[in-house]
Amino acid sequence: MYFVEHFSFTMQSAELEIEDSFDFLFKIILVGDSNVGKTCVVHSFKSGIFIEKQQNTIGVDFTVRTLKIDGKKIKLQVWDTAGQERFRTITQSYYRSAHGAMVAYDITRRSTFESVSQWIREVEQYGAASVLLILIGNKSDLHANRQVLFEDACTLAQNVEAAFVLMARELMARNGMTAIDEISLEAPSLTLNSSHPVRDTLAPDKNCRC
Amino acid sequence: MSLSEMVFNTICLFLERAALHRQRSLPHRPPVIPLVARFGDQNTSGTPAMTEREASRLDKFRQILAGPNTDLEELRKLSWSGIPRQVRPITWKLLSGYLPPNAERRENVLQRKRREYFGFIQQYYDSRNDEHHQDTYRQIHIDIPRTNPLIPLFQQASVQEIFERILFIWAIRHPASGYVQGINDLVTPFFVVFVFEYIEEEVENFDVSSLEEEALRNIEADSFWCMSKLLDGIQDNYTFAQPGIQRKVKALEELVSRIDDSVHRHMHQYEVEYLQFAFRWMNNLLMRELPLRCTIRLWDTYQAEPEGFSHFHLYVCAAFLVRWRKEILEEKDFQGLMILLQNLPTMHWGNEEVSVLLAEAYRLKFAFADAPNHYKR
Repeated sequence: MYFVEHFSFTMQSAELEIEDSFDFLFKIILVGDSNVGKTCVVHSFKSGIFIEKQQNTIGVDFTVRTLKIDGKKIKLQVWDTAGQERFRTITQSYYRSAHGAMVAYDITRRSTFESVSQWIREVEQYGAASVLLILIGNKSDLHANRQVLFEDACTLAQNVEAAFVLMARELMARNGMTAIDEISLEAPSLTLNSSHPVRDTLAPDKNCRC
Repeated sequence: MSLSEMVFNTICLFLERAALHRQRSLPHRPPVIPLVARFGDQNTSGTPAMTEREASRLDKFRQILAGPNTDLEELRKLSWSGIPRQVRPITWKLLSGYLPPNAERRENVLQRKRREYFGFIQQYYDSRNDEHHQDTYRQIHIDIPRTNPLIPLFQQASVQEIFERILFIWAIRHPASGYVQGINDLVTPFFVVFVFEYIEEEVENFDVSSLEEEALRNIEADSFWCMSKLLDGIQDNYTFAQPGIQRKVKALEELVSRIDDSVHRHMHQYEVEYLQFAFRWMNNLLMRELPLRCTIRLWDTYQAEPEGFSHFHLYVCAAFLVRWRKEILEEKDFQGLMILLQNLPTMHWGNEEVSVLLAEAYRLKFAFADAPNHYKR
């Protein structure tokens, strides 16, 4: 995997929309170990406010936000799941209809990063074959307690908003929208060339972005 | 497959949240919500003085409680419509079965149970970092600071330690379920009510270090035993695959289809599944949907009602859902319904709203409980 300098998206094109019509609707499920900050991510995406202390999530919480990207209205439905094992029976039923999955871990707790492969397996087992995965290293403001090295993860987005915009763009591209516009040109590092051979076993629609 | 191979085909993000934290969170203050303000009071109008009716009710409670043998049937009847704050601790202990009706035996029972609890602590609490218990303890440890995060009482270290001990001991004594997220909420009402045994003032900002050490120990042990009694009745909510919750949500759906077909069909039309909103209603006994003061009032009735937590709760949930029928029918898409149902506007609810809800639940139970075919489709 490649270490990538993080960059920020220009945000002008992603605005909060209140109107009800939309061009695309994407369902995103947010998973990861308990207390890695999943709910904080959603809350920050929804309201732009970061609240550190969130109650533990019970079952699955629903959030929605409409973004405007490249003149299209993109509605993102986010399902924020409880991290505890006991809720797995409940949360698994939400994978099926998800277009994208965000797997979150806490950079200050190595064990939450080690669980990532398990979460990915879970998404692959219960989700649709074409589900798009995004990995999120959370709590990077606590870098003094860092237990997951920077190089272990790739860096592509600077904040929560950018993560969701990136996900939406990728899903749009898969749905026939060519993501050629001002912003993608400004961000050429989005598609890094990789020296990894693209293996036959990989699903053709899953591109390496790392 | 190694992790690096697995994420090879994945977009990887590293959220640099520090900037966001600095720029956006500093001007923000958590909203000042009267989460527990006045929750010890019987009235919700804000008038501090007792009404004549309240004074007379308190009198009746005192009479029942004064005898050498408490008539639990009488106490249940009286408690159903709410218990005055002054007698709530003793009444809860009696109704839950923690204390015997015989007044002479009570002190002995209390002393024995409290000793027993602290015996468990001595015997088991050191094992919290052992290999087979560490996952349980870790989960409790990360959940406690996020229990009632906006109420200062629960942010005190000594209170958090009490909650950790109660939950850990309960969890290892109930391996079939163990600790499940949400159970942490269920300690709260007991703890708050039993603190009231020792203080007059509001509890929200109360500093527990001003209590005698023994008082705090008593509150801890009493909370543990009363919570255990509650959980005994609903343990299958928390065992593998949570069958109790699955069953109750199904029963809720059937019940609602009978009592309000238009609400039921409306939800069906927009593909809202009951499990999507009512799972939490069952797992946390509506505690996440109501302010804490309302939960305490609700539990007065749950303890007065036979099988209140395990059975009557279903009718309360049905009444609660139908209570929002106007708002539900106004929503014309899936997302509007989900957002409404996961964020019902009860922030300003008090005893009056809970009483109306309970009366309706009672009516439903009366109409449907003993006629299961009546509500089966």
